[in-house]
Amino acid sequence: MSTIDRAKLLDIYTRTMKVNRTDEKFRSLLMQGKVAVMYYCVRGQELVSAAAMAALTDDDYVVCTYRGQGEQTAKGIPPELWWAECLGKVTGTCKGKGGTMHITYPEKGIMVTTGVVGSGLPIATGLAMASQNNGDGKVTLVSFGDGAANIGGFHEAMNMAQLYKLPVVFLCQNNRYGEHTAFADHTSSESISARAAGYGMRGVLVDGNDVNAVYPAVQEAVDRARAGEGPTLVEAMCYRMMGHFFGADFSYMPKEHLAEMQREDPLPKLRQVMLDHQFSEEELDAIVADIDAEIDGAVAAALAADLPGPEELAIDVFETPLVEAR
Amino acid sequence: MAEITLAQALNKAIDEAMAEDAGVFCLGEDVSAKQGGGVFKITSGLTEKYGEHRVRATPISETAIVGAAVGAALAGQRPIAEIMLMNFVGVCMDQIVNHAAKLRFMSGGQTNVPLVIRTTTGVGVGFGGQHSDMLEAWFAHVAGIHVVTPSNAADARGLMRAAIDCNDPVIFIENILCYGLKAEDPGPGYRVPLGKAAVAREGSDISLITYGRTVLDALAVADELAKEGISVEVIDLRTIAPYDEATVLASVRKTGLAITLHEAVRPFGTGAELAANIQEKCWDSLKGPVRRIGGTFSPVPFATVLEQAWIPNKGQIIGQIKAALGKG
Repeated sequence: MSTIDRAKLLDIYTRTMKVNRTDEKFRSLLMQGKVAVMYYCVRGQELVSAAAMAALTDDDYVVCTYRGQGEQTAKGIPPELWWAECLGKVTGTCKGKGGTMHITYPEKGIMVTTGVVGSGLPIATGLAMASQNNGDGKVTLVSFGDGAANIGGFHEAMNMAQLYKLPVVFLCQNNRYGEHTAFADHTSSESISARAAGYGMRGVLVDGNDVNAVYPAVQEAVDRARAGEGPTLVEAMCYRMMGHFFGADFSYMPKEHLAEMQREDPLPKLRQVMLDHQFSEEELDAIVADIDAEIDGAVAAALAADLPGPEELAIDVFETPLVEAR
Repeated sequence: MAEITLAQALNKAIDEAMAEDAGVFCLGEDVSAKQGGGVFKITSGLTEKYGEHRVRATPISETAIVGAAVGAALAGQRPIAEIMLMNFVGVCMDQIVNHAAKLRFMSGGQTNVPLVIRTTTGVGVGFGGQHSDMLEAWFAHVAGIHVVTPSNAADARGLMRAAIDCNDPVIFIENILCYGLKAEDPGPGYRVPLGKAAVAREGSDISLITYGRTVLDALAVADELAKEGISVEVIDLRTIAPYDEATVLASVRKTGLAITLHEAVRPFGTGAELAANIQEKCWDSLKGPVRRIGGTFSPVPFATVLEQAWIPNKGQIIGQIKAALGKG
């Protein structure tokens, strides 16, 4: 049985299914040719994002990556704004100027979605530095993949965060691939979390497919950060069940390993946890049905929305609009 | 009024901004009191007043310095990050180009990055190839960043205040050889608006468009040529990008001739952009082609004799002016 209370479990389940249904819908639209944009699939990683976001308040900051749908959805970006942005519409969070790889929504703390692997970590230290400077009590969580752990910025950010005891949580979603390269082929250490020791930082390794592992670990890291005890590197082992981006070949992912990982699928496991806690099948299905209806509405609105006009090219480059986009 | 050096002017501007706004803070290598207030002492005395959280001495981690500044700026603070020498910006270009410059645009205006990146450089101090480059063109080529450099102490004070006020990222280039320049202190609250050039000296025969340390050479040359009856107008851009096009074009329309001058190497430099734009927009007024003077297209050398040969000198400037006027 879980140590997580029923209300929080329901919260995490709802967030997880929002992430999953959004992912399913996106893939279905791409398959049907109804939309043609870059999309980085999160199948297999839904629970990590949802449980992590459930450990934060609305005001806490999040920095995520191009594979950030999970954090964005679970942190609470309204679906109609999210979908419109992904379809490049003027009604999107970023007026269609960010797109799937650059979603921002400060209202829910989504400060940066970066398309550059590993570059979110230094920025997260800065958000946390601001919180430490002005004592606002906010925690910053930065989500990244295993591939990001090998760029220089990772090491610089880890060292700096621990040096200043910044209120930041480094959440590595180890999905076993950095683009097309398997974990063992791109990382010299056995785990990412073990590297925390090199910075004198607390490192935690958890099963990213188990809600009872992910949520308490992230919550503890958040609580410690908020209490001024400094950063934690949480590594959640999960699996990217598809290619690097939707439509990309993933024949390099061994079939046997994929089959093995599919047996570890976090979703049936989470459902079982819910059933164990006396949530009924009907209750759980009804939550998904509501989510599907909301997503369908958001997609329809996004498809019907206007495209941004060319005048947008001169706006938001600088604070003062450019007279002439030279 | 008291005189101040350019270095003191920068210190006063930062001090004043920190006193007025608790969100303004400095970070960079060696910047706090423990290390002596920065290699060039620009942040000297600030730790004592504002504490170590607001004058953060960082590890040698340029990516983390600028990344942290970007993050803090997103959270509403006004960081002043020091990249000790301009050549080191290569280490953190991702944070500057992909993040600082673009987050306002990519977020559809929801977030902004009000940070100042102070950096130093300069040819003529014998630092050799990896500490002396003027790399302003790298940043001028990226939409979303202001690139600023002062040529005198008063402007340094005013431009720094304006840079800290600015809600966009600013690259603030300080030429080491200019730190000791003295001027009358313009006093507290003085600001020089970004994007506004100065007519450093009025003239009628030719426009010499420059910025930073080479403004001094331009003014010296103008003085010298005045004795021969040649009237040179010197434009100090102050903000290299986006630059004050109106002032530049008005000057060229008046004189009918233009030369761009900078310490950075000539090929693909900002002088090329200025020249092309002048040619497009002032064709009817031009009496001859726009000429460009810049540093030699080689790494900056160490040996004094080579370094002096590398940098544009007054003789070259005079030669180009006379050639443009048909007096060569």
